Parts: sequence; structure tokens; C-alpha cells
Amino acid sequence: MINLTNIKKSYNKGQIPAVSNINLSVDRGELFGLIGPDGAGKTTLFRILTTLLLPDEGSATVDGLDVVKDYARIRSRVGYMPGRFSLYQDLTIEENLNFFATVFGTTIKENYHLIEEIYQQIEPFKDRRAGKLSGGMKQKLALCCALIHKPTVLFLDEPTTGVDVVSRKEFWDMLQRLKQEGITILVSTPYMDEANRCDRIALIQKGSILSIDTPKGIVDAFPQNLYAVRSTKTHQLLRDVREYPDTDSCFAFGESLHVTFKGDPQPLIPYLNKKGQTDATMEKIAPGIEDCFIHLLNN
Amino acid sequence: MKTLIFLLEKEFRQILRNRQILMTLLIAPLIQLILLPLAADYSVKNISLAVVDNDHSPFSQRLINKITASGHFRLTGYATSYPEALKMVEQDKADIALQIPIHFERDLVRENNKQLYIAINAIEGTKANLGGAYLASIIRNYNDDIRLRWQSATPSTPPQIEAVSSNWYNPLLNFKLYMVPAILVVLITAIAAMQSAFNIVQEKESGTIEQINVTPIKKHIFILGKMIPFLVLGIILFTLGLLVGWLFYGVVPVGSLLVLYASLIVYLFAMLGLGLLLATYSATQQQSMSLAFFFINIFNMMSGVFTAVDSMPGWAQTIVSTFPPSHFIKIMRMVVLKGSGFSDIAWPLTAMALIGLFLNTWAVLNYRKTS
Repeated sequence: MINLTNIKKSYNKGQIPAVSNINLSVDRGELFGLIGPDGAGKTTLFRILTTLLLPDEGSATVDGLDVVKDYARIRSRVGYMPGRFSLYQDLTIEENLNFFATVFGTTIKENYHLIEEIYQQIEPFKDRRAGKLSGGMKQKLALCCALIHKPTVLFLDEPTTGVDVVSRKEFWDMLQRLKQEGITILVSTPYMDEANRCDRIALIQKGSILSIDTPKGIVDAFPQNLYAVRSTKTHQLLRDVREYPDTDSCFAFGESLHVTFKGDPQPLIPYLNKKGQTDATMEKIAPGIEDCFIHLLNN
Repeated sequence: MKTLIFLLEKEFRQILRNRQILMTLLIAPLIQLILLPLAADYSVKNISLAVVDNDHSPFSQRLINKITASGHFRLTGYATSYPEALKMVEQDKADIALQIPIHFERDLVRENNKQLYIAINAIEGTKANLGGAYLASIIRNYNDDIRLRWQSATPSTPPQIEAVSSNWYNPLLNFKLYMVPAILVVLITAIAAMQSAFNIVQEKESGTIEQINVTPIKKHIFILGKMIPFLVLGIILFTLGLLVGWLFYGVVPVGSLLVLYASLIVYLFAMLGLGLLLATYSATQQQSMSLAFFFINIFNMMSGVFTAVDSMPGWAQTIVSTFPPSHFIKIMRMVVLKGSGFSDIAWPLTAMALIGLFLNTWAVLNYRKTS
């Protein structure tokens, strides 16, 4: 459904590389996630796929159409929700939705079933101007506008950035239901915890793809045992664990440290006790996407 | 076509919703049109005059009366000496110092010849120039008067040529008649070139252009959707402006309205092209504002609103001929004051159309390239 072959793009006449050697394909009806930190090149890929940007090298197709040659046809069948709220702030919810429906040659009524669930939540405010909406409501409106012409592919660039936890969860639930409608969805996010809601993900960093797999496949590919180490003196603990000779990697994750070892992990606790960390504990844990991401970055 | 209608509906809804913009678009220009012609008047009045009358004769008294009776001068004071009068000029109490020398009457009668001294403060060029000229003509007139009186007995008057001129198309040299059409052009220029540029750049700034670009809306439809509202606003403002000119200044176009409106549409086409071009070169409204200001200031100062283009140096005239406002001001004055028809304004009208075509082509090409 979406195909990227050897895509390369740089800005400022080649001085600032954005993405390079990107190969990626998304199947029909798949919910595919681009996971990476800010500045990884996610938005550049979105802009290439939505025909807003020409790639320097490589080719890309969306729904079988070339992004350069068939850009006009692509535009009528994809939905795009940019990372930044890009609807008319001085028009109301209803006017925005109506406008985008009409420019695609359709009506709200025709595809109401697609947006019904989302739209019902903002409908009580339909006469309010878009600029006066809260972050979560803006994002719901933007999704409605991107869906109103029944796109075959939906591009969502960081749709949950700046949105509260409850709304984020609701949003991902909504994406699952859109998937049921047969819409292919490419979504990007800087939040690793959202990766598990995708069918497949691509981990992307500094313009290159580190790995593409299902979330489970990526986690399963984690080559080492991972341990969580805790104590009350977290700050000193980080220094002590890093000094331990058999430590391979050690990163702070909230209140605990995620540690992998080159050798035997067992002598770590006595070692820490000796250093004064008398309440240190260690347990084996299953790695998460973020652990895999950090692991891939370091190798 | 249907898309264009939806776009226009959206544009008008946005413009009408923004009260502040609507006021600046329509009300502010009209207020300016009411105020500016009153102030931008070339006829110089209230020139302060300091007189040093060393003669104190009926002759000198009659001269002073004649000067003050002209209406252009205001006698601000008598000085006892020339240096004292100059001091008044220096302190800005007087614009012109006139010295009537001692024995003015006696020498005039006896020797048929006497000189007067005039010192003019030339800091304000126009005032000094015209003031000096007014004064000189009053004195010449006075001179003729006394010559007539004395020489009526002896018919040996040397032959004199007197040129009598009449002012065509504006018989009373009413400056308002001349300024109202030009000021209306200045105001239309601001709406067409600046506001259209701001409007397009605003879509860039707020990111909405991204969302528009991924829809099937074609570029030329989008551009038309941006230009038509300002074309309509320009026509409305022009109509209101003509009404203000009639109600407040009694300026009624002598020529046909058809010629005026046809020229207006060509002019708006050119200026909207400029606005679009500025928009393609700006990423923020601030950038487009500074660009637009640059052009509009030059247009206002050089397009013949205040100073005649014909008296500018050759190179300046060449530059000015590429400014659409200079042509439209010419057309406006010709049609409003003189009643010119299409055949009379053929050249400026063609020039405007060509400039408009050039600007729009450039803008559309550049618009494609940058998005």
C-alpha cells in the first residue's frame, strides 16, 4: 500500500541530511508506526508520501501511485493530519469539516459513519471556533477532517503529541477501529509506549531506519537478559552500577535502572552492598520497545 | 468551478468574521480619504510676513495693505530694522521679511526707480517658493498701478505683453479636485497589494496551506480564491471612495464610470499580482509587511500623487513608468477631471495590463517552485 525505495532527502542544498536510504513497505489495512525521537526524519517521510516534498533520490508509491508523477491522484485519496494543528482557527468545527468535505467533492453525510464516533464527542461544540478548542478536541477535529473523504491511506504525524494520557488512549482505540474499516494507517510518535498498539513499527533515528518488525518481534530480538536494579539512592546507584566491571549497559528508566551484563549478573548485589547500597534489589525483566531502541542505537 | 465557490465562501466568511480587518479594509481608507485632501492642499496660505517700513509714507502703507489684502499673507509684525526682521525669520516668527527702504516714495516719484528687499526662509521649500512668487506678483501689480496712474497723462507707455491664462479642466485650481482621485488610488493600492499578501502568508504561517496542498484543490483555483475577494473589496472601496469624493468634495467624474471601473479592474489585477508575488517571497506576515511597505512607500512618493512625474529626472521617470499606480493615477485624473475615454487612456491602460500580466506570471511561476 505504501512503498519507499532508497529514499533520500536533504535540506539546504544537501547541507542538512534529513533521511537517507529509507526502504519501507506498509501492507493494505496495516496500522504501521514510525517510532523515533524528535528530528529523526519522521515528518520528512510524511511530507514525501503526502506529495508535499520531492525526494532527492529513490522512489515512493502510495496506493500504487507514484508520489511524483501521480501526485494529483494521491491527494484525492489520502488523509493527512500534520503534526501541527493546521485547520482554520477562525472557522467553527462544523465549518472546517464542511469545507474539507466539499473540497474533496463529498459531504459530511456521505461518510458520517467513518467519523461518527469521534465527531459525537466534539459535536456539542460544533459552533465553536477551532482556535478556541482544547488540544484533545483540536486533534479529534483534525482527524475528522482527514477522514471525511474516506481516504484509503491515513497519514498521522505525531497525533498524540501534547495530548493528555486519557485522550491518547482513546485516540489509539479509535485508530484500531479505523483499521477495521480497511483504512491503511501510517502513524508516527515519539512515545515508545504507543508502539505496542501498532501492527508493525519502524524504529527510526537520525534519518535511518534501525529496525522494522512487529513490536513483539523487536522485543524478542533483544539479545541479552535485562535486569531492573533499584535502590533508594538512585543517583549514586547509576554511578555504582556503571562502575561494576561486568556491566554492559545501564540506563535510568523512571525509578529503576535497566542493566545488561557482559558476565555474571549475580555478584552485583554484594558489590553494591559493599558500596553502601544496602537496600539494592535486582530482578530479571522483559525488555520493552525503548530498551530495544537504546540497544539498537548503541550497536 | 465548484471548488472555487467553496473557497470564496470560506474566504468571505473569514474576512467578514474578522471585524478589525474589515474596519481597516473599508472604514479606515474612507476616513483617510475624508481627511487627507483637506491637508494635502498646495495653495499656500498664512505666510507670516515681517515688514521693516523705513519710509512710513502713504505709498509704503498702500503696498503693505495690498499684500495683506491678497489673503496669502499674515502680517506678524513690524520690525524697526532689517536685522531685527531677519531675527524674526530666524525664530520662525516670520517666513518672509520685507524691507521698504527709506525715501521709498520720494525716490519712486523722483527717479522712477526704487528697490525693495525680500528675505525668504527657504526651509519649507514649497512655502518659500510660492510665497516669494506671490509677493513678487503683488509688487509687480502694485508697480503697474502706480505707473498707470502717473503715466495716464503721457501716452508714451512702453509696449507690454501680458499673458492671460485660464486653467482648463480645473478652472479654479481647486487642489482637492486634483488630490481626491490620486488619494483614492493610494488607498486602493494598500488594500490590493498589502492585504492580499498578508492573507496568503497567513495561510503559510498557520500551516493551513499544508492541509490545502494535500487536497485536490488546484493551485490556480486556490490563487483565484485568494484574489477574487480582494478584487471585490477593492471595487467596493472604490465605489465608497467615489461617493465620499462626491459628498465631501463635490468631485463627480466627468468621464464615464465604465471607463473608470474597467481601468480599476485592470489596476487591481496588477496590484493583486504584486501582492501574490510578495507572498511567494515571504514566510511570515512580518516579512510580507516589510516588503509591502517598501513598495507602497515608493509608489506613494513617486507615482505623481504629490509631485508631477514629468518634472522628475529621466531615470526616475523610467522607473516610475513600471509602477502601476502612476498609470492609474493618470487615468483617474484624466477621466475624473477631463472626461477622457478609452482611446485617450489607451497607453496607460495597456501599460498597466502588461505590468499586471508580468507580475502575475512571475508570481504563479514562483508559487509553483516554492511549494
